[in-house]
Amino acid sequence: MASRVPISVKVNGVRRDAEVEPRLLLVHFIREDLGLTGTHVGCDTSNCSACAVLLDGKVVKSCTVLAVQADGKEVITVEGLAKGGRLHPIQEAFLAKHGLQCGFCTPGMLMSAYALIRANRHPTEEDIRKGISGNVCRCTGYAKIVESVEQASRSKNW
Amino acid sequence: MLPPAFEYAAPRTLPEAIELLKSRGDGAKVIAGGQSLIPLLKLRLASPALLVDINRIAGLNYIEESGDSLRIGALARMAEVEASSIIRKKYPIIHDASEVIGDPLVRNLGTLGGNVSHGDPSNDMPAVMLALGAELVAAGPGGSRTIKASEFFIDTFSVALNHDEILTEIRVPKRSPRSGGCYLKLEQKVADFAVAGAAVQVRLGSGGDCEEAGIGLTAVGPTAIKARRAEASIVGKDPSDRSALKELADIAAEESDPSTDIRGTSAYKRDVVKLLVGRAFDSACERARGDS
Repeated sequence: MASRVPISVKVNGVRRDAEVEPRLLLVHFIREDLGLTGTHVGCDTSNCSACAVLLDGKVVKSCTVLAVQADGKEVITVEGLAKGGRLHPIQEAFLAKHGLQCGFCTPGMLMSAYALIRANRHPTEEDIRKGISGNVCRCTGYAKIVESVEQASRSKNW
Repeated sequence: MLPPAFEYAAPRTLPEAIELLKSRGDGAKVIAGGQSLIPLLKLRLASPALLVDINRIAGLNYIEESGDSLRIGALARMAEVEASSIIRKKYPIIHDASEVIGDPLVRNLGTLGGNVSHGDPSNDMPAVMLALGAELVAAGPGGSRTIKASEFFIDTFSVALNHDEILTEIRVPKRSPRSGGCYLKLEQKVADFAVAGAAVQVRLGSGGDCEEAGIGLTAVGPTAIKARRAEASIVGKDPSDRSALKELADIAAEESDPSTDIRGTSAYKRDVVKLLVGRAFDSACERARGDS
């Protein structure tokens, strides 16, 4: 077995030190080593983006990044959105607009939407559809998801 | 799914990375964005003993025009290529392709260097580089060498890099007046591999005739294909001549070599090539005229 590698990753603002096998995927580090199970494994084949997290501010598929590659970087997971017991405006909007059915894709949708709105405070419907084009909702609830993202972008509470 | 076990190194300099590759022979593999390689590892279609992660090497991520070239560092992320104003304004064929590779999350990590050097015939940038007549710069133990895109793609997942060489730069000839290009791809859904794709770059003469054409095809053969006979067929012709355009598209379809698979039959894909080459040629000419 390949030797373990020390890593230090800032996750949701907290520094986490660990020794990991090089083949450990970031998603498994987040879920199993850190216990942050909000990030979901959907397809496990880099297609669905249920596992989306922010890595140094960019939304990525955490099943397609090695944990060692996150060494020295900053990760934000869905657990990092709410602050002080208050839901983030993105989460509020998904709640208000019924932007989820089964909810499995939701953590990834939230992270893609969060990255989209941070980069573009006033996205058009087309911008939103492009922004979430990598995230698959198997319930096909896209209409409500797009409405939720649109509503979130209008929130003053960012 | 877990990848097979491997050792991992993240060198800080190019010479260190090359030394690691040299010392391990065929057992080492370079990882850049990882958006093709990590899925392959998870499916156990690749099992390198050592992964050499080049992401921590400084100075390989740039997009700039200098001298007679557009130079793109191998670690430029696809999202950065997509956002580049130089590329959008002056090299729209590259911008076209950057928008349809994978999905936004893949493009945040996936690199231009990886897309080209992975050697997957379904990747989009190889055809674009063939159409543009690009050159690829490889660094190895003895220094750097330049390889023409037309000599780079050897076979499926096989390119003209030695095991101890790393692609460091993609060099595209600086845009000449009255030139333009376009990349079109048919895909069944976002982030799927192409059914087929066509890259066309043209340079028009002052009278509007086609002086030079570069044509690359995606996903219709063991490698990206340079449609040389189709290129030659249109030179000297009037781009608005529809019979010349039909001949161009027919020849490109003949030069393609698609397989029947879940994305369609070989005959269907040849028809798609005809359609895409024709449309991409028209758009390329329109862009070239807009640029005079």
